[in-house]
Amino acid sequence: MSFVRSLTIASRSVSSAPFIRARAIGLRTYATSKNDQPVAKFLGTKNSNGNYTVTFIEGDGIGPEISRSVKEIFSAAKVPIEWETVDVTPILKDGKTAIPDAAIQSVKKNYVALKGPLATPIGKGHVSLNLTLRRTFNLFANVRPCRSVPGYKTPYDNVDTVLIRENTEGEYSGIEHEVVDGVVQSIKLITRKASERVLRFGFQYAESIGKQHVRVVHKATIMKMSDGLFVSTARDVAKDFPQIEFDTELLDNTCLKMVTDPKVYQPMVLVMPNLYGDIVSDMCAGLIGGLGLTPSANIGDECSIFEAVHGSAPDIAGKDLANPTALLLSSMMMLQHMGLGAHADKITKAIMDTLAEGKSITGDLGGNATNSQYAQAIIAKL
Amino acid sequence: MLSRSLFNAAKTAAPRNVVRQTRSMATVESDIFKPTKFGGKYTVTLIPGDGIGAEVSESVKTIFKQDNVPVQWEQIDVTGLQSGTVDPEVLFRESVNSLKRNKVGLKGILYTPVERSGHQSFNVALRQELDIYASVVMIKNMPGYTTRHSNVDMCIIRENTEGEYSGLEHQSVPGVVESLKIVTKMKSERISKFAFSFATANNRKKVTCIHKANIMKLADGLFRRTFHEVAAQYPQLEVNDMIVDNASMQAVSRPQQFDVLVMPNLYGSILSNIGAALVGGPGIIPGANMGREHAVFEPGCRHVGLDIQGRDQANPTAMILSATMMLRHLGLDDHATRISKAVYGVIEDGVRTKDMGGNTTTHEFTNAVLHKMEKL
Repeated sequence: MSFVRSLTIASRSVSSAPFIRARAIGLRTYATSKNDQPVAKFLGTKNSNGNYTVTFIEGDGIGPEISRSVKEIFSAAKVPIEWETVDVTPILKDGKTAIPDAAIQSVKKNYVALKGPLATPIGKGHVSLNLTLRRTFNLFANVRPCRSVPGYKTPYDNVDTVLIRENTEGEYSGIEHEVVDGVVQSIKLITRKASERVLRFGFQYAESIGKQHVRVVHKATIMKMSDGLFVSTARDVAKDFPQIEFDTELLDNTCLKMVTDPKVYQPMVLVMPNLYGDIVSDMCAGLIGGLGLTPSANIGDECSIFEAVHGSAPDIAGKDLANPTALLLSSMMMLQHMGLGAHADKITKAIMDTLAEGKSITGDLGGNATNSQYAQAIIAKL
Repeated sequence: MLSRSLFNAAKTAAPRNVVRQTRSMATVESDIFKPTKFGGKYTVTLIPGDGIGAEVSESVKTIFKQDNVPVQWEQIDVTGLQSGTVDPEVLFRESVNSLKRNKVGLKGILYTPVERSGHQSFNVALRQELDIYASVVMIKNMPGYTTRHSNVDMCIIRENTEGEYSGLEHQSVPGVVESLKIVTKMKSERISKFAFSFATANNRKKVTCIHKANIMKLADGLFRRTFHEVAAQYPQLEVNDMIVDNASMQAVSRPQQFDVLVMPNLYGSILSNIGAALVGGPGIIPGANMGREHAVFEPGCRHVGLDIQGRDQANPTAMILSATMMLRHLGLDDHATRISKAVYGVIEDGVRTKDMGGNTTTHEFTNAVLHKMEKL
């Protein structure tokens, strides 16, 4: 008797646990979720001082310098944010690369973090820290907007693209094996669950930034089942968003048209599987002048991490020569995510005006200002 | 010359593939490629393809006729579209047999429907069947046609028969799909050798391997490692490798740094489209698929162009230039030079089809080329 009862209890707790989890992270099927909470909604609350606490991972190399600029500008603009700086120097836990518990607790508590560049330690057994962070907080979507920077001339004008990349599976599943000597299989994994989550987020994000069009990029002519699943999931999700225009495009055409005339992509948000997103987002960064100017957001079920995607540039570290723009723009995305859009708009304008003026820009943009002079110029604009 | 050296590259790259080709190394040297020539004419398989294929093939046929090119077409109208009466599979078989017989072909692009499952892309099937393993796409600025980037001159060499295009996929449980990317040492070595032979034969200076070995450590790792092993035999060439996302970023900001690029299948598709956009679009990019025994020439960017089909708007340049590559491959250099000079001349004169910002029709463009040829 008691055995049966404990079974029942077990089965009840088993069946209810995933249900609760699915609710919390918005993984329900498309049929019921219309009035549900949006995917990856910011859950943080203000502390007793009326401020939000944000975890700050300053990073390596130029990280601390550009982080200082962000802090100075935020305090000058009176953004209601308190920083909680943490160290993520990896530790080995059971032989695996892991992030110190204090850092994990901090992000879990604050639901949001800003992150500078991290240097991946070279040596066997180290998984890249970015990947570790992604796995620890289940950061399923990578948002990469690219907008032309006024005053910085590239062959392309008026670029304004937003790309969302599935970040947990696809070609980067990490499932590979050598079948026989000299024959390797690498598995691209596409699941309806992960596809639906990123696509739903994509539609919601498009709405939140006022774009009325979502386009899914795929290669389903060749990968009929895997990319086919991504596309068919997209069609299903699109039904929940009748107000948003939806279509699909072959990866080849996206590459071709993006480089021919990026303006075509201005009114829309692109959503795509992992590898394509990786390549196309960096390509878009190339259109506007490189990774030093592009912000990025990693959206997770509960926590989100906003980061600069460029490297830690150890060669110029400590010389006050770095360009903090990418980290600054990432922090603007963070403010938007936290519902502090007014502050974001104000600071963004100051940044763009300073860049357009061209008097106090850093060396990588062809100016001769230092990192701190640039930050001061932005503060002056505020 | 280019194309003949292309083929030599394909051959020198191949001898190690005893497994696949079931030939011993002894016969390779004497295995001189000779397309069939009857009554002084070469028979060439022509697959116009879907979309704009018929129109641009017509243009090539007209130009060949005017120049008395000794080529007899064996035209097969394969289509990837669902047509009413004829089973597309039958025509596809016929085209494969024709190419096997003639060894040389000119081909437009066949449409691949997304909806129909279980139907492999004919384009991919053809390449796998004939083992035309090396795709060569030439990306170069056209004289007289200004784009955002100048002095671009790169050549994309792409593995054509495996990688992401293996066609091996399955659904483990509903909603969970696995797609296999296959990378083999043999094919990686073969394509790397092709790239280096090509670079040597065409006086190129640098060969860059494009990969994603930081993520796909085994698959792309094997490709990259094999590339560097082969590179050791070519100390006169500059060699480097680059991660595909970085390469895409570099391609749109500083494309002049690239010379010959060699890469697995999917990255080739991405970079050839980025490259095409740098110099003026898919309408002007010629290409070839080379194997040990067969050579099929087709526009480099592989766009079907269904949207402008039948409107007399297509740019035939890519198809014509692919055809001139074919002529060089057949040793008909005089014809090739005359035709390609005429095409370049016409573009330099400012004749522009719609994709290049003008309103010249396909027929008018062809006529302009014909007039130009008379003066050469």
